[in-house]
Amino acid sequence: MTSQIYEVAEQTVDETLRGKARGGYWLGVARQLRRDPVTMLCAIILTLIALAAIFAPYLSPLDPFQTSMVHRLKPPGTPGHWLGTDELGRDLLTRLLYGGRLSLFMGFVPVLIASLVGGTLGILAGYAGGWVNTAIMRTMDVFYAFPSVLLAVAVSGALGGGLINGLASLTLVFIPPITRVSESFAIQVRTQDYVEAARATGARAHQVLISHVLKNVSGPILVYSSSLISVSIVIASGLSFLGLGVSPPAAEWGLMLSDLRQAIYVAPVNAVLPGVIIFLTSMCFNLVSDGLRTAMNVKL
Amino acid sequence: MKPPAPNVPPALRPFGPDMRDVGGPRQPLYIVKDLVKHFTVGGGRLGRAAVVQAVDGVNFDVHKGETLGVVGESGCGKSTMGRLLIRLVRPDRGELILDGEEVGAPDGITVRQLQRNVQMVFQDSYMSLNPRLTVEDTIAFGPRANAVRRDEARERAHNTLTMVGLRPELFAQRYPHELSGGQRQRVNIARALAMNPRMLILDEAVSALDKSIGAQVINLLQDLKRHLSLTYFFISHDLGVVRYISDRVLVMYLGKVVEIGSVDAVYDNPRHPYTRALLASQLSMNATERRTKPPLLGDPPSSINPPTGCRFRTRCPLAEEICANREPELVGFARDSLVACHAATPGSGHASAPPLCPQHTAKASARMT
Repeated sequence: MTSQIYEVAEQTVDETLRGKARGGYWLGVARQLRRDPVTMLCAIILTLIALAAIFAPYLSPLDPFQTSMVHRLKPPGTPGHWLGTDELGRDLLTRLLYGGRLSLFMGFVPVLIASLVGGTLGILAGYAGGWVNTAIMRTMDVFYAFPSVLLAVAVSGALGGGLINGLASLTLVFIPPITRVSESFAIQVRTQDYVEAARATGARAHQVLISHVLKNVSGPILVYSSSLISVSIVIASGLSFLGLGVSPPAAEWGLMLSDLRQAIYVAPVNAVLPGVIIFLTSMCFNLVSDGLRTAMNVKL
Repeated sequence: MKPPAPNVPPALRPFGPDMRDVGGPRQPLYIVKDLVKHFTVGGGRLGRAAVVQAVDGVNFDVHKGETLGVVGESGCGKSTMGRLLIRLVRPDRGELILDGEEVGAPDGITVRQLQRNVQMVFQDSYMSLNPRLTVEDTIAFGPRANAVRRDEARERAHNTLTMVGLRPELFAQRYPHELSGGQRQRVNIARALAMNPRMLILDEAVSALDKSIGAQVINLLQDLKRHLSLTYFFISHDLGVVRYISDRVLVMYLGKVVEIGSVDAVYDNPRHPYTRALLASQLSMNATERRTKPPLLGDPPSSINPPTGCRFRTRCPLAEEICANREPELVGFARDSLVACHAATPGSGHASAPPLCPQHTAKASARMT
């Protein structure tokens, strides 16, 4: 049966192989991203910010907590204090570098945990349907009733300030939207013929979920979650600004903004600097997320 | 039984105990008894739900080694039937008997066992392949899910690829978007074959392909059937293809079987008015036989609220009072065909029914059972 069929197949082989990019899905996404200068630039900026935060002690010889009444609110460009000092005379550059650790941590970790929890819940709800779906999704709707910032403030207000409570409240804020997005993608995938075909092999539900559903929804969930990192950074800063996040003298961008706001008329540039960094970082995260979405061709 | 074909690779052995052919050649491979599937649509907790009678009391046999073609308008329940046969959809009522063993019965076989014996090829070759899996992983998934070792599943994937005419070294590592439509459908066939089934449900398997590619796939299917002793349940709206590939044909209308019989009986001597209309709707190669008047007018009635009695009576040129009052049964009075029509059933009370001849009916029903 083979000879004639082979010939036909081989004609098309050459056509398909010629000029076609090969390799896995993620390689293709990476190739797409490399052709997108905005996303690449933002990714580089973010990498630099992250590296600067991680290696802060090596980049700055100064102590972020060392106050000095003599050197209060020095303008940027002062020798020894490139970006000036804050209202207690602490070196701003050093504090921004160290502050990146907490701020980026508060950006990533809640979104990461919420993606794991929300993704699992959403995929379960979407794939199982029925009462499982109703139970999970209606619970999420309760959280949805509150605006996200208000919910974060309420939860961390109730739990009290501090890093862990801030983390918990942010995680709680992000679980409902991620669950909802994962659910809608899981529902889309569940009705696809390839999932039916997989079920028709007598495979167990978890095998179908891992090989077929998860493989296809993880990309869109990643894209959506990445767009939440900037929100998380901003809300975390907001919590610190309100005194609900980390407490002084810790270095955190939101807290620095809060502390420096009294000096806005005296030293406006110093006061605005943490805000600029928050803006730059969340902007870059958003643009990278957009780039990812385009590269992965996800419709949110 | 034919001796096994020389180019069937040895790795294509069945999983676990070989349950092939327990009933012998005379036992139908698949018996469908009184199969019913109604879908509930719309209607939440408060609204009134409507019931779609997708498949409503269907009986037929699939013989070993045959190709049973299934034709009918869209929405008549052909695809639901295919999904019922591999239990992707759970029937509301009815029995499915594979080679003498009832599916789901205590002394019968499980759904999993059924699915090792019966596999399906879907219409949309692109949608039915996971875009994130390579061809090899897609084909190997079924065996892997049935506890075949990784390397053995891989070998099986390569073997089935060879069987469908795709060289594994070129195609195993590809993704669906790197294949043409015909190649994708070959992969889908290979995926089904990797389960080492006895029967394939081909749900419009070549309808979406262009004619020349479709013809190649049809020839491939014919070759595979011969070499692997397969049985096909071939669902299609293409009457020409069904005539070419099938041994017998089953005609469906609104969730019911209206006529079933050998290809020659149904195509050359259709007895049900719907079958006649369906065949008349084909373009004729003979210009003098072409017509401008459609053989049937209007859409089929909704299967949410089907007509009483015979479901075809609203569009039937022969409809009489009896057709509205009593549902015709699928009976055989002619050689190798069964038909559900009062006008074709002797003694039904329909004006154009053939005269009742007790001797004849007795003989016919003896032959059909």
